[in-house]
Amino acid sequence: MRQIFDILANDARVTPEQVAAMTGLSEAEVRSTIEEAEKDRTIVKYKTIINWEKLGNEPVMALIEIRLQPQRDVGFDAAAARIYRYPQVRFAYLVSGTYDLAVLVEGKSLHEVGAFVSEKLAPLEGVQGTATHFLLKRYKEDGEVLEGGEEDKRLPLTM
Amino acid sequence: MRNRIAGRLDRIPPSGIRKFFDLVSSMGGVISLGVGEPDFPTPWHITEAAIHSLEQGYTMYTSNSGMIELRREIASYLKTTYDLDYDPNTELLITNGVSEGLDLAVRAILDPGDEVIMPDPAYVSYPSCVLFADGVPVRVPTSCDNQFKLAAADVEARITSRTKAILIGYPANPTGAVMEIGDLADIADVARHHNLMVISDEIYNLLVYDTEPVCFASLPGVKDRTILLAGFSKAYAMTGWRIGYAAASADLIAAMTKIHQYTALCAPIMGQVAAIEAIKAGEPEARRMTQEYDRRRRVMVKGLNDIGLTCFEPKGAFYAFPSITSTGMSSEEFAETLLTEEKVAVVPGTAFGQCGEGHVRCCYATSLSNIEEALTRMARFVKKYRRS
Ligand SMILES: Cc1ncc(COP(=O)(O)O)c(C=O)c1O
Repeated sequence: MRQIFDILANDARVTPEQVAAMTGLSEAEVRSTIEEAEKDRTIVKYKTIINWEKLGNEPVMALIEIRLQPQRDVGFDAAAARIYRYPQVRFAYLVSGTYDLAVLVEGKSLHEVGAFVSEKLAPLEGVQGTATHFLLKRYKEDGEVLEGGEEDKRLPLTM
Repeated sequence: MRNRIAGRLDRIPPSGIRKFFDLVSSMGGVISLGVGEPDFPTPWHITEAAIHSLEQGYTMYTSNSGMIELRREIASYLKTTYDLDYDPNTELLITNGVSEGLDLAVRAILDPGDEVIMPDPAYVSYPSCVLFADGVPVRVPTSCDNQFKLAAADVEARITSRTKAILIGYPANPTGAVMEIGDLADIADVARHHNLMVISDEIYNLLVYDTEPVCFASLPGVKDRTILLAGFSKAYAMTGWRIGYAAASADLIAAMTKIHQYTALCAPIMGQVAAIEAIKAGEPEARRMTQEYDRRRRVMVKGLNDIGLTCFEPKGAFYAFPSITSTGMSSEEFAETLLTEEKVAVVPGTAFGQCGEGHVRCCYATSLSNIEEALTRMARFVKKYRRS
């Protein structure tokens, strides 16, 4: 079962038929597992990794460290939810260490991201402080190195 | 002047793929199922360890036998994996790949005219190395009816007063065949009964699917007569580093080292450093690659069978060895026509011995999309030429 998800996590376009061939499971079993997982949001969504730089309109991204005031009964969850519900927030993780929430914010310009942080995030109740790090270069995304590509360097025929 | 080239070389046929190599190299858009190495780069922690050692200035010779740390790691690996005891000081030798280990093994044990029994088909170097050592390769036919296993009775039938050794290599190149523990035990019985040596090339031993690797030397009563050859090329995706090893009793290792010290001096130090990192910490990555090969293997084998190229299930290495007789072509004809018409490169089975006729070797150490595209092209090809 786990294998089905490993395969799809690496390539969402693999068909149930292909997954069945790769794992030796039956196609019906693969289909029903996937359907089930889509229903209960084990599979949240299928997406594509795009190297936006090649298109010339790379979005501006910033990694923002946020210190939060924990609240009775709900801990950080309520404050976190008020932050991650903004569509500008692409990733949000509760982390250990010197701050509490790490979020990745996306916008069209430096100005837009800066304004979002200072006008929306920083003033929120429970937010004790923020530190904004603008992304300068994307090397690797979801396990894939963006530049270069991995062309086959092997000789075409060997024993 | 007499002939510039030694007559000994006339006895060795040219490699069966040279012609294809030139052809493939001259064409664009070829999907190659003809390689014999992993498509993954060496795991980064291994490469990084070697880079670090180069930065530290480790660029010199090592002892002839290889770095003691590497030999100790190999000894402890063989102990924990197969419960085999080899003394890292006297019973292990680090070689320039299994290729050199194989050459040393046959040169160490063969006198001119000594016979070495080996399967047909088998890895191309086996008969050639024996010939270079002035020995005589004796081929035992194997076939897909028996999953290309070497039958002990067939070996026994070819034993003469000149037989010195049996040379086996399972999981096998080109067939992907494995020998289960019982099959190997039968070979061990023959070796013991007729007092023969065994050279066991276990370079693919970690690359097995749905079955456990067996080390021939771990079978009862054969360790002392066995030269175990293994290496890092395949399981750790380290073909270019050139590191293998031989494990055998001290007299054999001493004899092999005698040749090695004069002809190779030592294996490359950066490769040895990389191998130390691989054997200490490479297992998770090796396992991940093996799992990936296993998925491709299933797709390849199912795909070949679906398009009418009957293929027994290979349980090791990264090769499928389908029958192409449904096309009525010979292996060479098939490989050549497939390459020119559909731009898919495979290796004719006859490159590995006469008994490879009727088969081609398809390596699945390539991306799934390549495998699927190759299968699509091959399906079209088989449909066009299918006789039965
Ligand atoms: C069966 C077998 N033995 C030995 C070798 C040589 O390996 P190495 O890179 O260790 O010299 C190969 C390589 O293809 C092989 O397939």
